[in-house]
Amino acid sequence: MIRILARYSILFVLTLLVLAVMSFSLAYLFPGDVLENLTGIVPANDAQRMALERQFRLDQSYIVQFFYYLTNLFAGDWGYSFTSGIELRDEIGVALPATIELATYSMVVALVIGIPLGYYSGMRCYSTSDYIINTSSITTYSFPVFWLALLLILVFSLQLDKAPLSGRVSLLFNVEPVSGFILLDILLSDMQNKSLAFKDALSHLTLPTIAIGAVSTASMVRITRRSVIDARHQPYIAAAVSRGLSGWQIFFRHILRNALLPILPLMAIQITTLITNTMIVETLFSWPGIGNWLIQAIYQRDYPALRVGMLAVSTLVITLTITVDMFNRLIDPSREKYEHAAI
Amino acid sequence: MMSSVIKRLAVCASTALLVVSCAKQNKQPFYNTGVVYCSESNPVTFNPQLDTSSTTSDATSHQLYDRLLDFDPDSGRIVPSLASSWLVSDDGLTYVFQLRRGVAFHTTQFFTPTRNFNANDVIFSINRWRLDSHPFHNVSSGSYPYFESLGLADNIADVTRVNGYRIEITLKRRDSSFLANLATDFAVILSEEYAEQLFEQGNPSQIDQLPVGTGPYRFESFRKDSYIKYLHHEDYWRAFEGQALEESSDDSDNILASEQGAADSADVKVETGKKASGSSDASVKQLIFDITPRSSLRLAKLMTGECDATAFPAQTELEVIRNREDLTLAEKPGLNIGFWAFNTQRPPFDNPNVRRALAFAIDKNTLLEAVYFDSASRAKSLLPAASWAYQNDADDTAYNPVLARSLLAEAGIEPGFSMTIWAMPVERAYNPNAIKMAELIQRYLREVGVEANIVTYDWKTFRRHLQEGLHDSVLIGWSADNGDPDNFYRPLLSCGAIPSGTNRAMWCNEDYDRLIDAALKTEDLDKRRAIYHQVNRLMYERLPLVPIAHAYRYQAYRNEVKGMTINPFGGVRFGGVEKVL
Repeated sequence: MIRILARYSILFVLTLLVLAVMSFSLAYLFPGDVLENLTGIVPANDAQRMALERQFRLDQSYIVQFFYYLTNLFAGDWGYSFTSGIELRDEIGVALPATIELATYSMVVALVIGIPLGYYSGMRCYSTSDYIINTSSITTYSFPVFWLALLLILVFSLQLDKAPLSGRVSLLFNVEPVSGFILLDILLSDMQNKSLAFKDALSHLTLPTIAIGAVSTASMVRITRRSVIDARHQPYIAAAVSRGLSGWQIFFRHILRNALLPILPLMAIQITTLITNTMIVETLFSWPGIGNWLIQAIYQRDYPALRVGMLAVSTLVITLTITVDMFNRLIDPSREKYEHAAI
Repeated sequence: MMSSVIKRLAVCASTALLVVSCAKQNKQPFYNTGVVYCSESNPVTFNPQLDTSSTTSDATSHQLYDRLLDFDPDSGRIVPSLASSWLVSDDGLTYVFQLRRGVAFHTTQFFTPTRNFNANDVIFSINRWRLDSHPFHNVSSGSYPYFESLGLADNIADVTRVNGYRIEITLKRRDSSFLANLATDFAVILSEEYAEQLFEQGNPSQIDQLPVGTGPYRFESFRKDSYIKYLHHEDYWRAFEGQALEESSDDSDNILASEQGAADSADVKVETGKKASGSSDASVKQLIFDITPRSSLRLAKLMTGECDATAFPAQTELEVIRNREDLTLAEKPGLNIGFWAFNTQRPPFDNPNVRRALAFAIDKNTLLEAVYFDSASRAKSLLPAASWAYQNDADDTAYNPVLARSLLAEAGIEPGFSMTIWAMPVERAYNPNAIKMAELIQRYLREVGVEANIVTYDWKTFRRHLQEGLHDSVLIGWSADNGDPDNFYRPLLSCGAIPSGTNRAMWCNEDYDRLIDAALKTEDLDKRRAIYHQVNRLMYERLPLVPIAHAYRYQAYRNEVKGMTINPFGGVRFGGVEKVL
């Protein structure tokens, strides 16, 4: 147990270190001045430039510079955005939770709808209902996520006028950001029109959640279905049948938990897709998340923002993936034979 | 079995639909308490003195602030605002303004005023841009492009306080456009008390970031690329149409006229303003600028009701808006010009023949059709037809690639010569799609053997680089701030406008400056017109810029919004706007 934890933490730290090196080297790889790319501050005069260069150790070797960069990252001193002049930590602190929120709800939708449907269709495999579910999941899975999002906007927002197409909540509501999660923030706030705001936020959430959730749901159905079918072909099922257990007993005692085990590692892979999809859909729904923010940074050639944004997103993905994988390893003793931690 | 699946699917689908259909709550009265305006970009600052971009003045000028004088949007006449009346001396050099009493500044989270508006605020606001030695002059950028481009600061001899509610401004030279300049979006009145407080706290630049004014809305919060929130100013002095009006019982407004008018036979203009009474019960409590750079998204938001009004609908979208019953499209010929300016300080563009050659290489009519979709008229000189000094028979360049090629050869430009065309990254009425226009021009130039590279940056960087003169040529334009012809000629091409960054051609010509100065000293309109015709001729010969189009101005809003008007003289106004179902 401790060894596993240690192995995973070493893997985690090393990956982050590599990412930090890459993010640091971006300051040199991006066009323009290294100091400006690194800090986001445009020095007003030579004296200020000299002072900043000394402060950021730019007059010393790359190794020293990098370690100073690392200490700054840990201290939360991530530099400033070129375009807004606001501290990047603050900007990411607002944008990242918005993305995580959207991804979380989509994941919840995918789990709540995808896993039961997958079980159902796996238990009834090669029946008509299985074919229907399977076909529709393959179809949904093949939708490009941005196309689905645009279609939803076109039908539900512009044609039927049922749901808003941009933002997290109507700007008329003043929601104080506490947790960064809009629904939670509304519940925590002491505003007058709480229930109205909550409904408003839900209506803003609906379409993007469906757009992102659909693809994840489809893949969840397919993963679960395959896993259930595999479990049903195990010898212990045949043994259980021969012992005379009823269908429900077999399902609850032998299939339910055994089928879940292989789903978890696949979910870890899904997280990457989920975050990527969220970032794409965000830009379509003007969701003020990290994807939208990065796109703006690209348009405006905001190099410090790109540097830190890339680091933040990859750290998020790595953290989630390694955590899920480690969790999976801890609860699944059969994976004991794999000596090394792996992503 | 089959049916149970279908049942389940049906249940899922209908729950999803239910969620969606419950979601639409826009009929709730709460949604009528605020107006959402989809604007196209971030304001550079919250003080329009510091910036001439219309994004900044749209967001601030008529929302947060008042000016001494205003333009009547319909007649274009100058009407009283914070100055309830004024008086001009015979020689045209002394202006006396009587100030309105009982005008309250905004009470916000960061400032609580202890006194009402008075003469000190006017003196502070004017001296801030006028005097280099003023403690606030160098705060923020320290540059006041509008006033600098007009050389207004140099022309004011003094601004003095006569008493708490009366000030006197003395000019050095006669300036027939002086009152009009005080009524522009940029001549806003700031709070001297607030400035004093910030100065003591050692944080003077806050005055331009957390603004305080006397306008109909007060500042609440701003998030870049996202929104600006304003709250209704409860003690606003002006009562809007449709709300209870009460004639001024305070005679102070008229004192000036009776005293001075009798004393010397000076030119007296008095207009009594409407005094505020019931403006605090306005239904609109919030004004929100939803910053949406993409024009198609602004239209989509307007259609779903997420925005109540939008800035700069694209020419391609006008038909869509006209065809929708729930939207209104207001239209007015605008006081603006879109042009292609050459950096005349960079060789070979310092040679007038090269500039003429390039002007003859392009077909303006195609540009008008392809970029403006015929919602603009062809520009011959700087002035649009709406101006009184418009010259119908002004010389204009015509499409003539043969002439262009021979002019280029004469000037010693080899085929394959490469230059840059800077295309502004934002949409403006005067140029709704500069990048597309740049691409068209690129093709025309290729025909005459010139390779053009298109350059664009984000708006802020773009303008900074332009001011540094890094461009060969640029597609940009100008929206006038008042109807005076001088407001086109001086900021766009005079020598004094180079440092302030409105003279995109970086062109300095003594004859030109002499002529437009002469026009300003002339009261006789016919004589002035004749001088401007001479200027047009000079411009045609030297061609520092190619005038392309005068665009109509459009504003799209939902039918629920009442009281919106197009302001031809500058920024959008939300004072008095209401939402009715």
